[in-house]
Amino acid sequence: MSTGNVAGVRSTAARSSVALHAAMAVTGLIMILFLLAHMYGNLKVFEGQQGFDGYAAYLREIAQPLLPHAGALWILRVILLASVLLHIFSAFTLWHRSRSATGGKGGWRYETTKNRRGVQRSYASFTMRWGGVVIGLFVIYHLLHLSADVIAPGGASASPYQRMVNGFQIWWVVLSYVIALIALGFHLRHGIWSAFASLGANKSVGTRRFLNQLATVVMLIILVGFLVPPLAIFAGWVS
Amino acid sequence: MNITVRIWRQHDQAAAGRMVSYKVDGISPDMSFLEMLDVLNDQLTAAGDDPVAFDHDCREGICGMCSLVINGIAHGPEALTTTCQLYMRHFDDGDTIDIEPWRSESFPILRDLIVDRSAMDRIIQAGGYISAPTGSAPDAAATLVPKKNADRAFDAAVCIGCGACIAACPNGSGMLFTGAKANHLGVLPQGQPERHERALAMVNQHDAEGFGGCTQIGECTAVCPVGIPLDVISFLNADVLSALPRKTD
Ligand code: HEM
Ligand code: SF4
Ligand code: FES
Repeated sequence: MSTGNVAGVRSTAARSSVALHAAMAVTGLIMILFLLAHMYGNLKVFEGQQGFDGYAAYLREIAQPLLPHAGALWILRVILLASVLLHIFSAFTLWHRSRSATGGKGGWRYETTKNRRGVQRSYASFTMRWGGVVIGLFVIYHLLHLSADVIAPGGASASPYQRMVNGFQIWWVVLSYVIALIALGFHLRHGIWSAFASLGANKSVGTRRFLNQLATVVMLIILVGFLVPPLAIFAGWVS
Repeated sequence: MNITVRIWRQHDQAAAGRMVSYKVDGISPDMSFLEMLDVLNDQLTAAGDDPVAFDHDCREGICGMCSLVINGIAHGPEALTTTCQLYMRHFDDGDTIDIEPWRSESFPILRDLIVDRSAMDRIIQAGGYISAPTGSAPDAAATLVPKKNADRAFDAAVCIGCGACIAACPNGSGMLFTGAKANHLGVLPQGQPERHERALAMVNQHDAEGFGGCTQIGECTAVCPVGIPLDVISFLNADVLSALPRKTD
């Protein structure tokens, strides 16, 4: 094979759509691990203020005194931020390439109005990009509200538990949260399957079925796990 | 059958194109889709108009030349069927059928329904072959190939290179085609020495031609006339990802 410059071939391939998808898959899976941990933390709300705030404090004490106060938390935050940035960078680069490949029209590039939805593609698969943008905007709002305490619907508080309980007594806070979670649900339904396939795991009909079922199950666990605390607060079971 | 067809007419690569309606009468349900177009072209020629240009060759579903998007679906409504093997009995009397060329920025429209698919040839040229000297034909069964690998190689090798996968992909990705062409060599003993180099070279050429990345939607497999499975893309991805970190080959 006359590929000549082997190093050049590798560095080109490192910027290929295959490599970018792998980056998106790995960072997406890291974010999912975070989501699972985050969900576990949220469920601590049922242990009352002490349990929840105690958990928040514990997160800042992990590996102390080896690491300074909140050291482990900051390491996780940096890994997470790097993942988010790489995920979004890859997403937009690939989005741009898909648009250029289809004259900016994607799956809508034919004149006919028949079969516009294609033959078998799922709703989740073609809402990945705009759905991702919705999730991104929500995450910013969410951090301002519950982490940084910058916007404080329902009243600011030094206690994370109070911030959460105050916030989720307001209908529109709950509603925005539910909408974002639905967007996340679709994103994960296609994303988890797609991540494993992008990384090379889809090697038979059986694996394909398994990966799709896995995506549905993980998506449902995350969806339910995140929906229960705010709905319980809204219903007045936690106060 | 009497039908109406709306066809993309475009004089050449530089010209603007548009959909034009024609009535075609007296179609037999046993005619193939291309025979229906032949009837239309006879009609147009008799009236002194330009016939509709479309690609075709074998008309028996093996060469990969025919390439029409029919009512928005590459190769039309029947699964596992090339345009030339599609019959008019799958349509109803009085139907209006929309016919367009494969659309991809990497497939310039040459005229009407004919597109230039050389981009796919260049992906093959980049690595879809074996250059390791393998000597003369070996004795049968001298090189054992597990049944599983032989089946997989065959499943991938049946790709006729039509490009329907690209025409159907919302990302304009050519990964089903590229995966099929890399995979049928990559699972056989003769293809092993260059397996990783091949994966890198073909994926690089795929991207250089301007095709989009694969997001595992699977529209390609729904239109592929020979049923290339989506797995070939994962196989190619795995080969590329395992080849990337290596310092030497
Ligand atoms: C909690 C946050 C998020 C998680 C857990 C997540 C997870 C994932 C996963 C696992 C994938 C599959 C990767 C692949 O196709 O190989 C993916 C794809 C994708 N993500 Fe995210 N993601 C998140 C946030 C975002 C955000 C904020 C954006 C905004 C731009 C985004 C945009 C995309 C896009 C465009 C894809 C590609 C879909 C495709 O091309 O198939 N994601 N995501
Ligand atoms: S993979 Fe299927 S649709 Fe794509 S070029 Fe090959 S035969 Fe045609
Ligand atoms: S004309 Fe040869 S496959 Fe259709």
